[in-house]
Amino acid sequence: MTASALSAAADGRPAGRRCAVGIALGIFVLLALTPLLSQLYGGGYLTTLAMRAMILAIAAISLDLLIGQGGMVSFGHAAFVALGAYAYGIAIDEGVYSIFAILPAAFAAAGLFALVTGAISLRTRGVYFIMITLAFAQMLYFAMGSLSRYGADDGLTLWSSADVAGTGLLKSDTGLFLSILAALVGVWLLVNRIAVSRFGRVLRAARQNPTRVATMGYSVFRYRLTAYVIAALIAALAGVFWGAQANFVSPAIGSWQRSGDLIAIVVLGGMGSRNGALIGALFLVFIEEVLSGITHDWRLIFGPMLVLIALYAHGGLAGWIERLQGPRRSGGG
Amino acid sequence: MSTTLLLIQVLNGLQLGVILFLIAAGLTLVFGVMGFINLAHGVQYMIGAYLCWALYQVTGSFLAALALALPAALALGVLLEVLVFRHLYDRDHLVQVLATFGVIIFVNQLAEVLFGPAALSVPPPELLDWSFPLIGGMRYSAYRIALIGAGLGVALGLWLVIAKTRAGMLIRAGATNPDMVDALGVNVRRLFLVVFAFGAMLAGFAGVMAAPVFSVQPGMGDNLLIVAFVVIIIGGIGSIRGAFVAALLVGLVDTVGRTLVTDGLRLMMDPSSANQIGPALASMLIYLLMAGVLFFKPRGLFAAGGAR
Amino acid sequence: MKKLAAALAVLGTVVFSPSPGSAEPVKIGMVMTLSGPPAALGEQVVDGFRLALEQQGGRLGGREIELIVEDDELKPNVALSAATALVERDQVDIVVGTVFSNMVQAIFRPVVESETFLISPNAGPSTFAGRNCSPYFFVTSYQNNQNAETMGAYAQQAGYESVFMIAPNYQAGRDNMDGFQKHYEGEIANQIYVPLSHQDFSPQIARMATSDADAVFAFMPGGLGVRLVGQFRSAGLADQMDFMSVFTTDETTLPAQKDDALGFKAAGNWAPDMPNDASRRFVAAFEAKYGYVPGGYAMQGYDTAMLIDSALEKTGGVDDQDAFREALRAADFTSLRGDFAFNNNHYPIQDFYQLKVEQRSDGAYITSIEQKVFDDYEDSFADQCQM
Repeated sequence: MTASALSAAADGRPAGRRCAVGIALGIFVLLALTPLLSQLYGGGYLTTLAMRAMILAIAAISLDLLIGQGGMVSFGHAAFVALGAYAYGIAIDEGVYSIFAILPAAFAAAGLFALVTGAISLRTRGVYFIMITLAFAQMLYFAMGSLSRYGADDGLTLWSSADVAGTGLLKSDTGLFLSILAALVGVWLLVNRIAVSRFGRVLRAARQNPTRVATMGYSVFRYRLTAYVIAALIAALAGVFWGAQANFVSPAIGSWQRSGDLIAIVVLGGMGSRNGALIGALFLVFIEEVLSGITHDWRLIFGPMLVLIALYAHGGLAGWIERLQGPRRSGGG
Repeated sequence: MSTTLLLIQVLNGLQLGVILFLIAAGLTLVFGVMGFINLAHGVQYMIGAYLCWALYQVTGSFLAALALALPAALALGVLLEVLVFRHLYDRDHLVQVLATFGVIIFVNQLAEVLFGPAALSVPPPELLDWSFPLIGGMRYSAYRIALIGAGLGVALGLWLVIAKTRAGMLIRAGATNPDMVDALGVNVRRLFLVVFAFGAMLAGFAGVMAAPVFSVQPGMGDNLLIVAFVVIIIGGIGSIRGAFVAALLVGLVDTVGRTLVTDGLRLMMDPSSANQIGPALASMLIYLLMAGVLFFKPRGLFAAGGAR
Repeated sequence: MKKLAAALAVLGTVVFSPSPGSAEPVKIGMVMTLSGPPAALGEQVVDGFRLALEQQGGRLGGREIELIVEDDELKPNVALSAATALVERDQVDIVVGTVFSNMVQAIFRPVVESETFLISPNAGPSTFAGRNCSPYFFVTSYQNNQNAETMGAYAQQAGYESVFMIAPNYQAGRDNMDGFQKHYEGEIANQIYVPLSHQDFSPQIARMATSDADAVFAFMPGGLGVRLVGQFRSAGLADQMDFMSVFTTDETTLPAQKDDALGFKAAGNWAPDMPNDASRRFVAAFEAKYGYVPGGYAMQGYDTAMLIDSALEKTGGVDDQDAFREALRAADFTSLRGDFAFNNNHYPIQDFYQLKVEQRSDGAYITSIEQKVFDDYEDSFADQCQM
């Protein structure tokens, strides 16, 4: 039960690690520059777009931990984002403004929900797992739609923002932007750290060959459940930012369409690769903006585009970019 | 709640059940035989409904529209299979999800561009435009009874085909062990095309039959598709029998549950809270049912064996 | 990333000479529901607004207007992105939106906080009528509960002893249920909520049939109303009880409901047969241009444009926000409804009527005014507004 045995069982990480880090760094620097670019062009709009993309990216990165590393295709991941958003929304609505109270509440809600539903869902495999995660997310979705005190189906407009130790960090656009960027970089580092850790190797090995990992003495179930909870916590963080950025939360955040969007982002970007989820999220927000500017019926272009990417871009956009960099390896895990 | 009301609810549940079955039948076969997750299957249902509307405008007769819509739905199914889906069979499930998601987005928007965003309606055939009297002065539409009858008829026919014919045997074998069928020298590609086109036609048939009852609008298949997925999971992937039982079960639980839950809650709490919690709880019922079934039978009620 | 298609909607052929110091056009952004089944409502508002703009030669108050129309797809998050884009990217002076209350709730904060005027041509939620009223928010339609309150007052006056109520399960549905019960004091036979995506009303119809109610009160906008009315009629219930509704049998649904809705009662602040000259001219011009009968939505779109016209006429621009607000508040325009004034919460004070569905001599189905129920009627939330 040595590390090398584990590595042998797991699929090897692509060698282009340095290049992947470079790409990520480039993206982060570019993102950091958007408030400046925004000054030159279009007021704060570019910043708003970038914030939305980064929040999606945080959620998608956490989903990729499940799909790309653990082979657990969750069709209910948006539920955790919604839990985070609602924890934020309800707290603000009830007059609890401190982020140090809101974040733990969001984590507790999402973590508990993930622990219970994960323990049940992980009894199943493959498409049954997809559908049971969907079932739990749908239940939460309808439950949120019945919270008439908090706007029910119509959602909840928030009248103030959270407070960070007396500073107005989350109240100004720039402060919020920098917080989200910092969270994104932190989540990216954390998830990539997990990927190369022993934990990540066990997770990947279990995805390829669960029986073998089990005979090596690891409890596959426990590793998967831990990953499921971690992913839920990160998604809840994205949810809190969602609430803070939009100042509006609604059950639609947790609808199955949003869960589908997150899967689409992960696959589009290239699952299991370092930057896939990140690139996928940025691409999606960008392309929607551009296409919807060309025509009201932009989905006539967007739909076939997804089909073509699915059919021809093996390893998603990240894989495609890495192949552009040099024909050494095919991307994706 | 009166007995008559319960009877009406049961009939409505059966009606939703047979529509779900017609959609789920193709979905479960395509999934069972080809291992292909087709999110765009709900689109076939929508196509059926729009074909019915368009052909009714041209011919002025529901029956003519039905007769013409079926081959047209079949042809469109074949077209989609050849253009997109056949390139996806040996790909990862997630790639299939992404590609078929793209197809949904495209076809829904196309429907909006071609037919406009508003809901359209088709009148039921004159032959069936009357209603059965029930006890207590209530009536039930003859067309809806016919819809239930047609659905049950198709279910029976489907069972005969699958159980008694050579093609049915191949499909059953395919659902249990696709590699074996391949090894036996059967043209799997052609089998796939036949299964797919047939499934598309069944969903199209569901759309045609539903057009006079529900409104015809873009995206009408999306939510029904999710419920159809619930059906095939409860029934066990690849099993027609399972899809049939589960479809009726889901139809009944969803419809009857919507009345019973709110009424039941009203006995326990004040009406305004019951009115708020009732509909939410009722919407959850089918998902609770699915989670419950999977908890005790992780592969559904009638698992076909080879499904992955 | 300029919204090309939307920006192409720039209206305004130069007919009049530009007023002094107005090189830049006034930018108005619209957030409307323009796709999905309820698109007809949004289209009426846009068409009504465009008609007014065209009749003024592409100018309002002498200023050239650049109109940017965005679709909210009836999804709060899409509405929010659209509104943020209008305010931050296009830097519009005025946002006109929305059709649905849950959409205006989603866009309210970003628009109002950026100190951009938000004028709602239809949605009038209670949320912003009371405690959360805003100096930047105006409503040209009504407060949501008012139509249902009118219907309830009518039910009381008509002497119904028992009413069966049905609405979709969302905020506006609950508001309308409450509104109806404000003036109606009889028995409530049943109060049913259905999901917004409800398709088949036969179980609810069966309940109505067994309820012994004198009348049904419904709030079922768009396609919901088409299905409910059709099933109500074909079950033979129309012969047994009266049908009262708000936003259920209006000019957007009547083309599909046709004879099924004939004789059904409704309530509103206007109808196409409103007996005044401005309204008659408007209906004729609208039908000539767009080929369908305008409903309240189109009227409110038109009135919204005329309100902006009256304010710009006084101030010449939106730069002096206090002056512009005062000019809006004054409401110095000829409303198609006749009497129109703003309350302290910027919601209208106006008359309400009981309406009835009729077939006009040319075959078109319309709602027609039967009697005035309220004169200069205020909403119930204005006293909570500190403004």
